[in-house]
Amino acid sequence: MNFDFSDDQKQLRDQARKFLAEKCPPKAVRVVLDGNEPYDRALWKGFAEMGFLGVAIPEEYGGAGAGHLELCVIAEEVGRALAPVPFSSTVYLAAEALMLAGSDAQKQAWLPKIASGEAIGTLALFEGTGNPSPKAIKLEAVNGVLNGVKKPVADGAIADLIIVAARTASTGRDSDISLFLVDVKAGGIEAKALTNLDPTRGQAELTFTNCKAEPLGAAGEGWSIITEVLDRAAVLTAFEQVGGSDRALEMGRDYALDRIAFGRPIGSFQAVKHILADMYVSATLARSNCYYGAWALSTNAPELPEAAASARISATQAYQHCAKNNIQVHGGMGFTWEFDCHMYYRRANALALGLGSLSYWEDQLIDRMRKRNAA
Amino acid sequence: MNFDDTPQEAVFRAEARAWIVANAPKQYEDELRASSLGRIALKNADILDVAKAWQKKKADAGWACLHWPKDYGGRGASPIERVIWQQEEGPFGKLSGLFIIGHGMCGPTMMAYASEEHKRQYLPPLASGEKVWCQLFSEPAGGSDVAGLRTRAEKRGDEWVINGQKIWTSGAHYSDYGILLTRTDPTVPKHKGLTMFFLDMKSPGVEVRPIKQASGHSDFNEVYFTDVVIPDSQRLGAVNDGWNVALTTLMNERMSIGAGVATGVPELFAFCSNLMLDDRPAIEDRNVRSKLAHWAVRASGLKYTSLRAISALSKGERPGPENSIGKLVAAPMIQDVAAYALDLQGAAGVLSGPEAELAGKFQAMLLRAPGTRVEGGTDEIMRNIIAERVLGLPGDVRVDKDVPFNQVPTKGRA
Ligand SMILES: Cc1cc2nc3c(=O)[nH]c(=O)nc-3n(C[C@H](O)[C@H](O)[C@H](O)COP(=O)(O)OP(=O)(O)OC[C@H]3O[C@@H](n4cnc5c(N)ncnc54)[C@H](O)[C@@H]3O)c2cc1C
Repeated sequence: MNFDFSDDQKQLRDQARKFLAEKCPPKAVRVVLDGNEPYDRALWKGFAEMGFLGVAIPEEYGGAGAGHLELCVIAEEVGRALAPVPFSSTVYLAAEALMLAGSDAQKQAWLPKIASGEAIGTLALFEGTGNPSPKAIKLEAVNGVLNGVKKPVADGAIADLIIVAARTASTGRDSDISLFLVDVKAGGIEAKALTNLDPTRGQAELTFTNCKAEPLGAAGEGWSIITEVLDRAAVLTAFEQVGGSDRALEMGRDYALDRIAFGRPIGSFQAVKHILADMYVSATLARSNCYYGAWALSTNAPELPEAAASARISATQAYQHCAKNNIQVHGGMGFTWEFDCHMYYRRANALALGLGSLSYWEDQLIDRMRKRNAA
Repeated sequence: MNFDDTPQEAVFRAEARAWIVANAPKQYEDELRASSLGRIALKNADILDVAKAWQKKKADAGWACLHWPKDYGGRGASPIERVIWQQEEGPFGKLSGLFIIGHGMCGPTMMAYASEEHKRQYLPPLASGEKVWCQLFSEPAGGSDVAGLRTRAEKRGDEWVINGQKIWTSGAHYSDYGILLTRTDPTVPKHKGLTMFFLDMKSPGVEVRPIKQASGHSDFNEVYFTDVVIPDSQRLGAVNDGWNVALTTLMNERMSIGAGVATGVPELFAFCSNLMLDDRPAIEDRNVRSKLAHWAVRASGLKYTSLRAISALSKGERPGPENSIGKLVAAPMIQDVAAYALDLQGAAGVLSGPEAELAGKFQAMLLRAPGTRVEGGTDEIMRNIIAERVLGLPGDVRVDKDVPFNQVPTKGRA
């Protein structure tokens, strides 16, 4: 048994951290936050050059073929630096869906473009309030033509490739849902950027009007593919969340060492120490659950669904907990726009919702644990 | 990242499994499996006898104290082999509970500070469970602040004479030996005047009085010392250097990591799967699911945190203060889990007799949990350790740090 990343993987982490420290300082995040750009184009180009986008994509499709452990390592750094790029929608959602369900031609057409940074991708799943469920999907596909509205779609306004969950039958079963691949260039989509909690990652409403689409994966298999894509994305997102948790903890710790009140560093007050100790605890539990998820993801283990749900819940809780308490430790300064605390707070709470909320994952976890216990 | 056994580990696992299958006291398996956290009750046998017999059998076959050197009764096994053994030993591992303090804390302290002759004399019977050891640190005036203790040791020729009182000493009533922290110089600041010994608990002048605990059981004791004589050869470490020796003991507590710390979560999960609430299993209720999920990911987080620690150990890294996280998470969780299991039963949750759900298993957990949060360092002390030693935050203000011990105030309100 060896429950740790390898030295090579750790080296990749250091590399990614160094790169992001240089190319993605908080100042760069703020350019997107303040609404001047939809995402950081230069950084995105840098991601492609560093090989971050294709790290888990097989070599035959233009990637590095390194694997998912390597992608986890990068995801953590992306989360730590709050990188304002469409990384998760493109790499965790679109690329994973293609790799799982795409035909060889579809993979040839799109994966190299994703790896090189030429194409931004996303998954259009949600239709308003509520958690992922086949019943909530109303957008219809008839003979490969889509009509309906999706929102919110992560990075939907800047995407070149959209994977769409559509209704192809109305029997009340999971098999009502099929997946489609849409090249935005082909037309039939109207995108509207939506104001959202975390402007460093865009959200959009997409209206499909007689939009031509090609099937992705077998008809009627859409829901099971989505479930699998969400599980995989959950592990990867959880690493972003752990990266963010750790950074929030560090910021709180550093501030507590510097700020003096009542003649002492506030970090010498036990009430403050205990807040930070509890942040460490939640970040550590999440990290450990994530490692298990990473192992399950990288080995395609049957444990993946349960491991993914655990990583997702624990990382969501940890990031929310660390981000809000980081502000608390910073006092009034923490509540200013000028300090970076709120950027982590926004990201923490936005990431908590992106793949289905906490209660959705709690449900998933319990179902999966029951299944295992029954087996 | 890899969870598979290496070929070597697989051989070890197969050997361990075969030996356990052939030798474990299977007649107690069901009772051990069903026993609640921190409390094993056997209907037709004395738990101490059963535990000692199993430990002796393990020792004779080379399966006791796996991580100890062979010369002292161990096996020289790797950290991962310890985990494999734990996994294979399953519910029979609960029988080692009685030896945890001896094996995890007293033994390693002896290894670090006793003479070679003493190590060879005392360690093998400790490993084999023939002799049980206890840890005599805490006192009425020195729990969290263990350096505040007052039990005196006075030098008389080649001997020391001990007077004073210890409290909360687990297992003292069935222990043969103990490690004892004493004050040898009250005129210097508290950490600088302590000395450590080991002693025979049957020495004249040692009186053990079991204490009835909040749980109603009596697992710990008061221990009184009246002119107890200890030869100087049983001193561990230098005179007045007892604080450093005690730190070795407390640090070794962290070595006793395992992948299976008790949290109460599997018990709660099973309970919620069977309990009917509004005509359906409780586990189908939205609120129940949310609570279960919350605790389940904490429990799995702990499990994988220990696996990470074990991986680090097997690469030769030392276990650090970050391992304090285990108890800090698990202990309050057991308490909350137990209270929730009772809440789900409504008014009937108060019942704990044989007619009650699970014969009062969660009630027993509820009553044991406060002790778990206190023993071996309270939640607050664990948080201090993480804040100071892991995160590098400033130490607490210590007003008695430079004050001679005999001038330190002894009452809060004057
Ligand atoms: C079941 C059980 C078994 C035990 N077994 C043994 C044993 O075998 N051998 C042995 O030597 N001892 C044993 N103990 C004693 C145990 O180590 C002490 O009870 C424990 O260290 C706490 O000390 P205390 O009881 O004096 O509490 P106190 O130190 O008086 O603490 C009271 C409260 O004050 C808080 N507090 C104290 N200091 C601080 C601080 N610096 N910062 C913040 N809060 C603080 C504590 O967290 C607690 O909430 C056992 C205790 C129990 C409950």
